Amino acid sequence: MLWVYKTEMKAQSTTLENPPHIIVSDLTMAYGDFVIQRDLNFTINHNDIFIIMGGSGCGKSTLLRHLIGLKSPVKGQVYYGDINFWDADPAERSRIMRKCGILYQKGALWSSMTLGENVALPLEEYTDLSARDISETVSLKLALVGLAGYEEFYPAEISGGMQKRAGLARAMALDPEILFFDEPSAGLDPVSARRLDDLILELRDNLGTTVVVVTHELASIFAIGNNSVFLDADTRTMIAQGDPHMLLAETEDLKVREFLTRGESASAEIFPG
Amino acid sequence: MQAQSKIDFSQPSPAILHAAISGAWQFGSKLLSPATVLSRLESDARITSFILDTKELAGWDTSFLTFIRTITKECQKRDIAFEIQGLPEGAKRLLHLASVVPEQKVSPQKKRRQSFIYVVGESAVLFATSTVQMLGFIGEATLSFLHFLLGKARFRRIDLLLFIEECGADSLPIVTLISVLVGLILAFVGAVQLKLFGAQIYVANLVAIAMAREMGALMTGIIMAGRIGAAYAAQLGTMQVNEEIDALTTMGISPMEFLVLPRLLAMVLMMPLLTLYSDLLGIMGGAIVGVGMMDITLVQYFTQTQATLDLTNISLGIAKSGIYAIIIALSGCMRGMQSGRSAAAVGEATTSAVVTAIVGIIVTDGIFAVLCDALGI
Repeated sequence: MLWVYKTEMKAQSTTLENPPHIIVSDLTMAYGDFVIQRDLNFTINHNDIFIIMGGSGCGKSTLLRHLIGLKSPVKGQVYYGDINFWDADPAERSRIMRKCGILYQKGALWSSMTLGENVALPLEEYTDLSARDISETVSLKLALVGLAGYEEFYPAEISGGMQKRAGLARAMALDPEILFFDEPSAGLDPVSARRLDDLILELRDNLGTTVVVVTHELASIFAIGNNSVFLDADTRTMIAQGDPHMLLAETEDLKVREFLTRGESASAEIFPG
Repeated sequence: MQAQSKIDFSQPSPAILHAAISGAWQFGSKLLSPATVLSRLESDARITSFILDTKELAGWDTSFLTFIRTITKECQKRDIAFEIQGLPEGAKRLLHLASVVPEQKVSPQKKRRQSFIYVVGESAVLFATSTVQMLGFIGEATLSFLHFLLGKARFRRIDLLLFIEECGADSLPIVTLISVLVGLILAFVGAVQLKLFGAQIYVANLVAIAMAREMGALMTGIIMAGRIGAAYAAQLGTMQVNEEIDALTTMGISPMEFLVLPRLLAMVLMMPLLTLYSDLLGIMGGAIVGVGMMDITLVQYFTQTQATLDLTNISLGIAKSGIYAIIIALSGCMRGMQSGRSAAAVGEATTSAVVTAIVGIIVTDGIFAVLCDALGI
């Protein structure tokens, strides 16, 4: 039954016009002997906004670390296009990573540098732009995330939400082909979270960026996601994949339903009547 | 003040224990412990059913819930049917809420007591892996230094200048204080002994040789291990916690070149200078004792010092200080990079950086002493 479901999903994803961008095949992740998730198989297509979702502690962020080359898998492969990421040599890997922008959970801005220097660093490293062009680009990127005029501030001098947006400006610095977000709306107020969602959609639509988002924020999942994978902490594998809206409408798995409905069926059980 | 908690037992039939509780069951009021009930249950083996009547309860909070939960568990263990009558609605809901999610049976990481042999084996393996890690780190640092020599290393020049300021100028006050005092102490120790032979003037020799060969580099090294080694470990550890190092790695910028190299260079550049400064101040400290307490004139003291000191002694101290600088910077950076992702882990990394640096310094100094003796330097 499950197999039928999977093949259906596969058929659906290949009928989309966009070719695959990242393919994860048979991935098993573990810390030492402790297996976090096993047998992960999914495809992220060009122009997708792909959601990695699941309850706390199911290994969402660990999966992200595998995708961005910070942790090597125990078993299985991650393909970027045709290239097997973990078998490639370091130069090839860093060439792939250069096309990726990553927004970390807490922003991960380099604390000894100002916001301007943070955004400028990737530009200085990987482009031939003049100092003047770089400062213009930096000011544009900061303006895009609503931080115009904050170039001279240090990360410690601004709020957590602003740090996060500055982190996004840095992730966007080189116009990456793929943007990874680790819990983008955690720690943001509802309005900022909404703006961030809008920004993600704009980036996808106008720059053709593929977006991978780790989140458990339902509002975001339904607002931006068009493909997803659901990781389950108990069975330690993925138990659903596909468009979150379709999942909500079609899934028969109780866990997925509970997650996508904010546990409404379960809370009815807790307080009968 | 509400009435205190009270419990009245009755036994309508041998198999049934009935308890009526009344009064306030709240934190701060004097609570009856579940043991009163349990001892009553245990005292009579015929009891198979326990009824708790809470109709008279005047007030309650979670301490009352704890009481109920303990009794529920104990009754289950003893196969006694437990029934509560007249439980307030709110308490009922909270108790239900606490039982909805079943108790997790797995403990996060079992720390069982292991046999002695297991512990020894484990620490041996741990030692081996940490040695390999250390060698790997040193190797990577060497490679990035080569990159630097080829002019290909990527780091911000402004960072290097800031670290130089931190290591050099900012360390001067503490190095001044410690060096003068060490010079004073050496002179005092020497003076007492040399006076016995009427050879006070040799205090100058003692202080000059000791400072230049050993104490200048050693004391500066220990100060810098505490000041800079700890700072490096804490800085890099916090960056690890903040995912800043991950952010560098995924951007294709080597943390080794970007973070470790400028710190290492700053230390290697500044330590010899600080050591030279420390030598000088130590000698001045010695002069304070010599001139102030032993009727040696300042000119005599410095002539004697000048006659004693040669370039060999001074350069030996400077050479050592360069090696200490590498040890301090690398152990600070290594422990910081290896740090876990929590506040406690950063603390441990800092402690461990200072310990590693000081052990490294002392061991190196020992090796130098043996080598110098063998080579007759």
